[in-house]
Amino acid sequence: MEKPLKIGVLALQGAFIEHLKIFSHLGVSAVEIRLPKQLDGLDGLVIPGGESTTIGKLAVMYNFMEPLIEFAAVNPVWGTCAGMIFMAKKVDLAQPLLGLMNITVRRNAFGRQVDSFQVNLNVSVLNDGETKPFPAVFIRAPEIVEVEKDAVVIAELSDGTVVAAQEGKWLVTAFHPELTDDYRFHCYFLSLPGGA
Amino acid sequence: MNMKENANNSEKEVEVGSATVKRGLAQMLKGGVIMDVVTPAHALIAEEAGAVAVMALERVPADIRVSGGVARMSDPSMIREIIQAVSIPVMAKCRIGHFVEAQILEALGVDFVDESEVLTPADLKHHVNKHEFKVPFVCGCRNLGEALRRIGEGAAMIRTKGEAGTGDVVEAVKHARTVLGEIRRLQLMPYDELMSYAKEIGAPYGVVKETKELGRLPVVNFAAGGIATPADAALMMQLGVDGVFVGSGIFKSAEPAPRAKAIVEATTHYNNPEILAKVSENLGEPMVGINVSSLPESEQLATRGW
Repeated sequence: MEKPLKIGVLALQGAFIEHLKIFSHLGVSAVEIRLPKQLDGLDGLVIPGGESTTIGKLAVMYNFMEPLIEFAAVNPVWGTCAGMIFMAKKVDLAQPLLGLMNITVRRNAFGRQVDSFQVNLNVSVLNDGETKPFPAVFIRAPEIVEVEKDAVVIAELSDGTVVAAQEGKWLVTAFHPELTDDYRFHCYFLSLPGGA
Repeated sequence: MNMKENANNSEKEVEVGSATVKRGLAQMLKGGVIMDVVTPAHALIAEEAGAVAVMALERVPADIRVSGGVARMSDPSMIREIIQAVSIPVMAKCRIGHFVEAQILEALGVDFVDESEVLTPADLKHHVNKHEFKVPFVCGCRNLGEALRRIGEGAAMIRTKGEAGTGDVVEAVKHARTVLGEIRRLQLMPYDELMSYAKEIGAPYGVVKETKELGRLPVVNFAAGGIATPADAALMMQLGVDGVFVGSGIFKSAEPAPRAKAIVEATTHYNNPEILAKVSENLGEPMVGINVSSLPESEQLATRGW
């Protein structure tokens, strides 16, 4: 139990360095994961933003799918944007999916890059008494159109669009906490109970 | 969906087109390959191979070299067709300084505008004021001064120029080594010397200082211009760039689909020679290429940009 945490960040493509830097600021050891055997000994995994088709194809090519599903069965996993798409059970376009979370996702739900936006968001799980909104950056972002079974909504836009959810030790955000200097989401992820 | 109309008290301000949002898309492209495509069929091959984005243009740089004449923004209808064909981001090129071509590309909904030396410049003195746009821009550079001038003008992403349409990686290496080497020297420079240095390289002081403190460019930096093989892509990644553009190198080769896929794999596993060896096998003939040393200066595209 006293062993320090070691977090992996899937580094097939995308904004993995941003996550690594934040974990390093938080004093947590974090490493780049490019091959399935590198998952051994990790206490949690982040699947970063990037292009979900690229990440999915590389994951299939390098035999990541089964090892990732097995890893996620016992450890916390957090997907941001492309990572959220990759973790979903259902997505509107055909592409490789881990199918972990009981959510349905629609890609590029807010339009093209010119429609990308940032907004202050109230996130229930981050508020311990005080209500400081979280600066959420959405880039060609997906939305969650359906939340089923044990998955619960943890953040939505004012129009009710679901943009973050949790199912036990699995966390997904349509936006990019790794592009901000607010580390509360990373701390929240580290607090999720893992291990068998 | 118009987020502005939906905003209420809990989300006081919805902001589009901010530097965070524009630079953020470039951050999502890191570790990836952006491929030049001239048709929707090419775009689908690129997407299937794992490209993170495509650059929609009428002719790849190798063909622009052959045909000569004035090279301009592509026909909007072909850009629209490519946007329709793929789910990944679509980029398109405008001429240096041609802010109306940039406005048109923004109106078409392209995800990134490349203000590119591959097209014939429209202004011999000024680049586009990129702060005015919601769409992010990528610009070429050969050295740190040029990179920081473009960032000062609002570029959300930089690419080292290399020499487009040659299949010869030598200029890409030179430009990446130049920029990255200048940043390393800048990191060691005392603050007393910064203003003079900014003046010397013709770059805005604030961005020079920010680069020194970050130890890297404040925006994502890809390599471009002459990358034709998986080994070329991995070479650029090991030199320290964030990702690669492959222009003529894919669709001017004998077998574009396997080569595209191999370059994607090589960009991810750039530090793993065993994987690089495996993905480099049996790719057929690469593009024939032109030795940059045989090109007269008047035919070198990288010299365009001010």
